[in-house]
Amino acid sequence: MSTLNRRGFMKVSGALVGAMMAAGLVTGHAFAADYPTAKVNTTGLAVTDTTVKVGILHSATGTMAISETGSIQAEKLAIEQINAMGGILGRKIEVIQEDGASDWPTFAEKAKKLLEKDKVASVMGCWTSASRKAALPVFEKDNGLLFYPTFYEGLEQSKNVFYTGQEATQQILAGLDWIAKEKKAKTFYLIGSDYIWPRTSMKIARKHIEQHLGGKVVGEEYIALGDTQFGSVINKIKLKKPDVIYAAVVGGSNVAWFKQLNAAGLNSSKQTMLTISVTEDEVLGIGGENLAGFYSAMKYFQSQDNDANKKFVEAFKKRWGKDAVIGDVTQAAYLGPWLYKAAVERAGSFDVDKVQAALPGYEFKDAPEGPVTVEANHHLTTKLRIGQWGKDGQAKVVYTSGYIKPDPFPKGYQ
Amino acid sequence: MFGYSMAEIGNIVVMQGFSGLSMFTVLLLMALGLAIIFGQMGVINMAHGEFMTIGAYTTVMISKVAASYGFTDYYFIFAIIIAFGLAFAVGYLVEFAIIRHLYKRPLDTLLATWGLSLVMQQIFRSTFGAKEVSAELPEWMLGSVNPTPDIDIPINGLFVMGLAALVTFGVYMFMYKSRWGLRVRATVQNRTMAGAVGINTAKVDRVTFALGCGIAGIAGAAFTTIASTGPTTGTLYIVDSFMVVVFGGAASIVGTIASAFGIAQAQSVLQFFMTSSMGKVSTLLAIVTILMMKPEGLFASKLRK
Repeated sequence: MSTLNRRGFMKVSGALVGAMMAAGLVTGHAFAADYPTAKVNTTGLAVTDTTVKVGILHSATGTMAISETGSIQAEKLAIEQINAMGGILGRKIEVIQEDGASDWPTFAEKAKKLLEKDKVASVMGCWTSASRKAALPVFEKDNGLLFYPTFYEGLEQSKNVFYTGQEATQQILAGLDWIAKEKKAKTFYLIGSDYIWPRTSMKIARKHIEQHLGGKVVGEEYIALGDTQFGSVINKIKLKKPDVIYAAVVGGSNVAWFKQLNAAGLNSSKQTMLTISVTEDEVLGIGGENLAGFYSAMKYFQSQDNDANKKFVEAFKKRWGKDAVIGDVTQAAYLGPWLYKAAVERAGSFDVDKVQAALPGYEFKDAPEGPVTVEANHHLTTKLRIGQWGKDGQAKVVYTSGYIKPDPFPKGYQ
Repeated sequence: MFGYSMAEIGNIVVMQGFSGLSMFTVLLLMALGLAIIFGQMGVINMAHGEFMTIGAYTTVMISKVAASYGFTDYYFIFAIIIAFGLAFAVGYLVEFAIIRHLYKRPLDTLLATWGLSLVMQQIFRSTFGAKEVSAELPEWMLGSVNPTPDIDIPINGLFVMGLAALVTFGVYMFMYKSRWGLRVRATVQNRTMAGAVGINTAKVDRVTFALGCGIAGIAGAAFTTIASTGPTTGTLYIVDSFMVVVFGGAASIVGTIASAFGIAQAQSVLQFFMTSSMGKVSTLLAIVTILMMKPEGLFASKLRK
């Protein structure tokens, strides 16, 4: 029995490594002996001859667990795959997972614990902007390294953070351009949840619509987080008859919003809507039938048809169950460990300063979303994709932009 | 007027009226169970929202079963009955295990039930996962009725409305027309006396608490038609529920109905003319002002003090 298990294991792991080699993920074998610990770790990080400690810091409990679970899964998967290939500079990654518990001060506290007590070499983590802002001073003070996966409002750039999601202009401008051209849209109704990300995003969207597209914003509305009653807002929209609803509603409200919109007769045959807050993860809760025909602007969709993505989706489902879905942020979280590995290998060192310096300019060719490049401002150059949702909860990519450089401090949009 | 035709304005008035009514029934369903528990027993049940979540998850689960056995069209009836049954049973157990030891310490029930709500949330999270899920709605419940081509009345709104009417009627019959209701009211008015004439007050308490929880379960089942279900869904509703009960006057079901109606209409109208957040803020301000002048709520119980 045990030989059978062992054989089975060898077969699986062999196939896994084989698949990765085919995907070109194996960039060259590095052996720990070529990189003595004394040389690659001069600042006292938790790096030994055989292991390197990496932290994962997300909310596994509390309201944000809904969103952050996917990121944890993607990061763990990437780390397991990296370990199966021999680790980083011959060192296996040991994960230390901490729970931010959807509470922003806890994020700061746990970041401190990871950096000062565990001496982790890098951290994959944070999700909401609030949690990132809370942990940021810790990372800057202790000179830590954070890979942050969420698309966010921009207006930030720290040498201690790499942002693997899109900043606001990358997600907004090309999407608006597309819908204005494709749907001849002139009037827009902006609606979002009431906190920093939707408000900043809508500010950028309004400027772009008014100054560059010659369109008109006929309504702008913010919904308290967690509100589930949209009757009055929907009636207002019906009265204004916008060409496009541009939406950034999040969390539990998101589901109520789409369900009630549909129930009120505003489905995709009558109303065009582009959202920047719906990924495959949200669709699970909203239900494909309530979304069918509406558009999302994201850099990644699970349905993307390329080899790297097919392998990623397959591996993800194998690891986390066949019903698992992968949203934009989950994919961005998956990039974190891979980018970290590349950075360390380029630097030939785990020292944070050297890793930071080594990553910009790196092109990650095998990202599931397609090739991405790390820029000097620590954000990624990516493409934007517009997906049209189907009843099955998957999006069909109907438009792919060219490469968009990240611009976290956009001039004329602030 | 404002660049819109009379017909357009007429349509909006109709739809806006319905949206107000629909919000009223949602608030009413949320608050009824709490009104029974808080009003009749003086127990502040912070886990009320979680009993709704029990109902919601029950509905989601049954919708999955229904989808695989092909009775999606009418599973909702079973879902509501089972949601009620489950929430009732859990409520019964909770009363037996925790609440009955705390009747003489009303403030402690607040802490105990809040702790209970946290425990329940984590149980939901561990059992069903952290992600939000959605019940698959039967085909007939999607979409809207069109009395005229430009008026859309959401069917799920009508459904919740009908259910709320039914539950309210049921509660009324139970409380005012049944032997059980008589015993409950007797216990509320004078516990010692009720015990002296042979009413098993401990049992009355247990059933009353369980009933309130069961109704929360029904509310949870109904809300799957308008929102999603997650481990923390209950926290979205708890504040509104308390607002309705406190504003209505704790011991009165008529007060709960009046208060749900008032709050819903005010909020709905204000949200139409202001922004959504401002509408909510203004409603809250109005409630606070009225409560300052009438601390017992709209319909205070006429008990001798």
